[in-house]
Amino acid sequence: MSGARIRGWIKSRVGARLIGAASALALIGLVELAIRAGMINRFIVPLPSEILTAIPRIIVEENVLHRFWQTMQEMLWASLLLAGVGILLGAVLHRFRIMRLACETWVGALAAAPIVLMYPLFLVIFGRSATTIVMIGFAAGLAPVILKTLEGLAGTRRVLLDVGRSFKLTSWQQFWKILLPAALPSVFVGLKLGLIFAMINIVGVEFLINFGGLGQLINELAERYDLPGTYGAICFVILTSVVFFATAERLERFLRPGE
Amino acid sequence: MMVEPSRLSGAATEVIDSRDSRLLDVDRVSKRFVTSEGPITAVDDVSFSIAPGEFVSIIGPSGCGKSTLFNIVGGLVGDYEGRVTVAGDTIRGTHPAIGMVFQEESTFPWRTVVENVAFPLEIAGMSKQDRIERAEHFVAMVGLRGFERRYPAELSGGMRQRVALARTLASEPRILLMDEPFAALDEQTRLLLGDRVLQIQQTLKQTTLLITHNLTEAVQLSDRVLVMTYRPGRVKRVVDIHLPHPRDSEVVSSDAFGHYVAEIWHDLREEASRGIRDDESRVLEGRPRR
Repeated sequence: MSGARIRGWIKSRVGARLIGAASALALIGLVELAIRAGMINRFIVPLPSEILTAIPRIIVEENVLHRFWQTMQEMLWASLLLAGVGILLGAVLHRFRIMRLACETWVGALAAAPIVLMYPLFLVIFGRSATTIVMIGFAAGLAPVILKTLEGLAGTRRVLLDVGRSFKLTSWQQFWKILLPAALPSVFVGLKLGLIFAMINIVGVEFLINFGGLGQLINELAERYDLPGTYGAICFVILTSVVFFATAERLERFLRPGE
Repeated sequence: MMVEPSRLSGAATEVIDSRDSRLLDVDRVSKRFVTSEGPITAVDDVSFSIAPGEFVSIIGPSGCGKSTLFNIVGGLVGDYEGRVTVAGDTIRGTHPAIGMVFQEESTFPWRTVVENVAFPLEIAGMSKQDRIERAEHFVAMVGLRGFERRYPAELSGGMRQRVALARTLASEPRILLMDEPFAALDEQTRLLLGDRVLQIQQTLKQTTLLITHNLTEAVQLSDRVLVMTYRPGRVKRVVDIHLPHPRDSEVVSSDAFGHYVAEIWHDLREEASRGIRDDESRVLEGRPRR
């Protein structure tokens, strides 16, 4: 293969993904070597090979796929709420300047608030249930979705709005046909950030209240000091995150082609 | 090709259009803006009219209120003095008879070429099949056949402006209003796109008002050129362009074309110099540039 063809392959999407996967494998290999060489304490970080062999065990013995599905469902509900409520609130703040002036700083402050510490309040309101977990995930991820939606709508190029006006679009058409599609890249940045915050909080609350999916399993395995199993369960948390991120990216490409 | 330039007309107030049918009538329009330095008159007592099928250009230096006039005629700016009418109908806000092509790139990046062009038809409620067929007709008209399924990001600046032009044409406006649509393009592309605009204008008998600061473009395309003064913007002279039709960019090499350009430049130069002097004094006095 010539140099130009190799460079072309590296720059292709498949090539980039393969390089990414190979880099991750290389890093895991390095960690394995570092632990075996005694550079990392194996009582704190188990061998990656042990984690790999623990995965089939936790699938069979700990019913991890069911727990994975539980966390996925909680994430799904939280994501739907984030998208529906977050984008709507962002649009409302954009539409009504007075509300924007009144609330934007508070919403920004909410983004930095440790929502997870309010879990006792959520427990009182929703009980020890999946609803509590979903609502905490939703509350934790809401601020970035609102703020980035607002930013995207406010950043729509003036000329695009003028095009809409020149074709005599109604306010609703202006929003639906121009403002929202123009704001989508920013909206999706907010959604992805919101998903990260929601994921952290969902698994965290499952861990704290010992209820539900992967967080509860991690809690149980950690208490048994089953480190390979714990890290194996964490791999499923990462998998959940990857599934939601990949879905968000595909949805963005579908809704906003041509980028 | 030897064509004698017409005698240049006198002051604008004396030469308000004498044609019988007036599709667009701009009557004593003035617009003032309030700024931190006090009120500024952007457009002052401007009057002109355009007959059906006529191509009129407004040319002037930066800061002469061309774009303000574009926005007023397009209905994007209200709160002005005077009256703008389309076939006797006073303009209040945007008017369905006026289609606008903007200076800034204005295609929707999330829509393909054909979807962009079909946009006004979609808003009008036309069925998908009909509007795609209709849009493809206008895409071909601006010379973009074969690019229907491409996105704007895949096109050059000139191609994107042609998409914007096709989109406006698809709404079948009675008056096409263009604000320096080719300002960001190089001179050769601009000349060739001028050919395309002329072809379309002659095919559709499209009444057109072009706002420009480009002399060549104004003379190449227009039946009449309105020269504006630097701030406040007034119509300084009206020049009838008697170059033969059908016209293309070959016309720029004719003697008559050169005469027209020279005549217009004679008026414009004075105004452009005033603009530059004003800019320089603002910089020296530490006042914001406009």
